[in-house]
Amino acid sequence: MSALLEIEQLEVTFGGRTHRSTAAVRGASLAVERGETHCLVGESGCGKSVTALAVMNLLARGGERRARRLSFQGDDLLKLDDGGMARLRGNAMAMIFQEPMTSLNPAYTVGSQMTEVLRRHKRASQRVATDRAADLLARVGITAPGLRLGQFPHQLSGGLRQRVMIAMALMCDPQLLVADEPTTALDVTVQAQILRLLAQLQRDLGLGLLLITHDLGIVARVAHRVSVMYAGEVVESAATSELFANPCHPYTQGLLRCVPVPGKIRRDQPLGSIPGTVPRVGPGFEGCAFRERCSFADATCAHTIPRRNAGATHDYLCRLPA
Amino acid sequence: MRTATPAIEVRNVGRTFRVKGGLLGKDRHVVAVDDVSFTVPQGGVLGVVGESGCGKSTLARLILGLLKPETGDITVEGLQVADMHRKARARLIQPVFQDPFASLNPLAKVRDIVAMPLIAQGNIARAEIAKRVEEMLTRVGLTSEMSGRLPAELSGGQRQRVAIARALVLRPRIVVCDEPTSALDVSVQAQILNLLAELRRELGLTYLFISHNLAVVEHVASEVAVMYLGRFVERQPTETLFAAPEHPYTKALLASVLTPEPGLGVPDVGLGDTLPDPANIPPGCRFHPRCPIAEPRCSVERPLLKPRPAGGVECLLAPDLR
Repeated sequence: MSALLEIEQLEVTFGGRTHRSTAAVRGASLAVERGETHCLVGESGCGKSVTALAVMNLLARGGERRARRLSFQGDDLLKLDDGGMARLRGNAMAMIFQEPMTSLNPAYTVGSQMTEVLRRHKRASQRVATDRAADLLARVGITAPGLRLGQFPHQLSGGLRQRVMIAMALMCDPQLLVADEPTTALDVTVQAQILRLLAQLQRDLGLGLLLITHDLGIVARVAHRVSVMYAGEVVESAATSELFANPCHPYTQGLLRCVPVPGKIRRDQPLGSIPGTVPRVGPGFEGCAFRERCSFADATCAHTIPRRNAGATHDYLCRLPA
Repeated sequence: MRTATPAIEVRNVGRTFRVKGGLLGKDRHVVAVDDVSFTVPQGGVLGVVGESGCGKSTLARLILGLLKPETGDITVEGLQVADMHRKARARLIQPVFQDPFASLNPLAKVRDIVAMPLIAQGNIARAEIAKRVEEMLTRVGLTSEMSGRLPAELSGGQRQRVAIARALVLRPRIVVCDEPTSALDVSVQAQILNLLAELRRELGLTYLFISHNLAVVEHVASEVAVMYLGRFVERQPTETLFAAPEHPYTKALLASVLTPEPGLGVPDVGLGDTLPDPANIPPGCRFHPRCPIAEPRCSVERPLLKPRPAGGVECLLAPDLR
C-alpha cells in the first residue's frame, strides 16, 4: 500500500523563471505514513513551510510547484483542480498554522467557524455540527466548551486558540494533519501541553501528522521520522532515534551541536555553532548548498551530490560516506 | 560575599500599569513588577525566566531607566538610575533587544547605527568615533564591507551583531539582554550566545539576561531568577536551580524544556488551564490556581521569601531552613 502522503522531487519556485527567481524547494521528497508523525525540521527560509503549502496548493501568488509525484491516499494531487482541492482541504487533510490569532477569523465566533467546516464538507445540520464542535473542544482539553463556542477568538488565550485550531482541524476526521510550527508562538509550559495533546490525538485517531518545526527538542520528543531540510532540499531523513544517534549530514551534525542542553555543556565552553548564514539559492544551482559553511567541503562538493544510505530507512545527501 | 558595590541593586521595586477599559469597561491595574529586590555582583550574569506577561521585560526597562519605578529604587554601580542623566546612564548600562529588525533604524547604515551612542554623547571627535565604530564592528564579527549596508540587507544574526556593537560601543559596564536570541535560528543563536559570552569575559561585563528559553539561560547565567506575575518566586545559583528546583513553578518550567533526547515523549507539566492574569492577581500565593501541590492555605496566606544559602524561594510548602 502506498503511503498516506507521498512527495517526490517537489520543486517550488517564486518569481517565474527569470534570474531573480528563487528556488524555495529543490527536489524534496518525503512520505508520511498512516499513523505516523513525520517532522520536517530546518531553519527559517529552508523551504519547510513552502513544502506544506505546496502540498495544500496554498502557495502565495507567484509560487509555482512541480513534482514527479504528489499523491494523497494514492490520488494524484497535481491533477486536482481548485474545486477538487478545496473538497480535500479541511476535510481529509487539514492544516494548523503557527499564529492562531491570524488564522482564526476575528469577526466570527469559535462555534460558527468550527461548524462551517462540517456543514460545508459533510452537509451536516447545524445541530449535528454544534454537537461535534462541543465534543471536540472537550476532547482537546477545553473546559466549558458550550461557553467557548459562543466566544470570539480575541477572548481566548494563545493556548486556547491553538486548541480551537486543532479541534477545528479535526472536525471532518482528517487522515492527514499538517501542523506548521503550531507551538512557536506559545509559552513553554503551554507548548508542552499542546504538543502532548497533538501526540495523544495522533496516536488515538491514527492520524498521519506532518509537523513542521525548527526546534530539535520537539522533533526528538514527538516524531517517528524526521526529514532535515536545508536550502530547499531534504538533506537527511531517518527514523528519529537513528537521526539523533547517528546524524550523517554535516548540517544535521552542526544543528545538533548548536542546541544548548541543560547539564551537557559547561558554561565557560562555547556552544557548537555553524559559521555563516543560509545562502539564497536560485534555479539551476549546482552542488551542495551547505558547502560554504561546511568544514568537510572540497572542490567536488560543487558538483552533483549523491544520496547515500546509512541504513534501510536512513538516507542523506552528501558525498561523505556514513 | 563580595564587598565591592554590586553592579545592579534593586530594592523593593514595583510598577503597575493602568489599562483603559474602553467605552464601558472599568480601567484595570496591571501589576507588572511587584516589590522585587535583588542584586547582581560585578561580572555576574543573572538570568530571568518566566512566561509572557510575567513582567520580565518591564523589569528590564526599569533597570535601563526607560521606565520609572513607582516604589523602591534601583542603583547601578552604586548610582541611582532615576537621578542619572541619560548620557551618563548610556555610558554605564545598555540594552540588546529581541527583534533586531524593530530595534535598528531601517534607514540608517550600519556604521551610523553603531556611531549613534557616541554622537549622542556630544563630546567625541569624529575621527575617534569612526575609529571606535570600526573596532567595535570588527569585534562583533562584522566585516568593514558591511558597515555601509542597511539593516534590511543583513541576516537576522548579523543584525543582532549590529545591535550588540551599538550597545558596547560606549564601553558600558552592564548590558541588559531582553530575549536577544529568540528571533534567531538555532545555528545563529549559538553564534550570538558565544559572542556574548566572549565579550563578557574580555570586557568584564555584567549581564541581566532575560529569556523564556531555560536551556539558553542555563548556558549563559551564573544565577537564575524565576519570575511569576511580577515576583521572583525563586532565585538560585544556576547549578542549584537546575539540579534541585524548589518552587513548583520552577519545576514545571524545567519539566517543559524539551531537550533533544528521543524516546522521552512530551512531559506532563502538571499545570492547569488557568492562565495567569497580571490584572487579577490571585490572593495568597499567586501561583496557587495552577499549582499541582497547592493546599487550602495557599489561597489565603501570602508566602514570604524563604532564604537559601545563595538565593531564596517563595513557597509556603518549601521547608524553612532557618
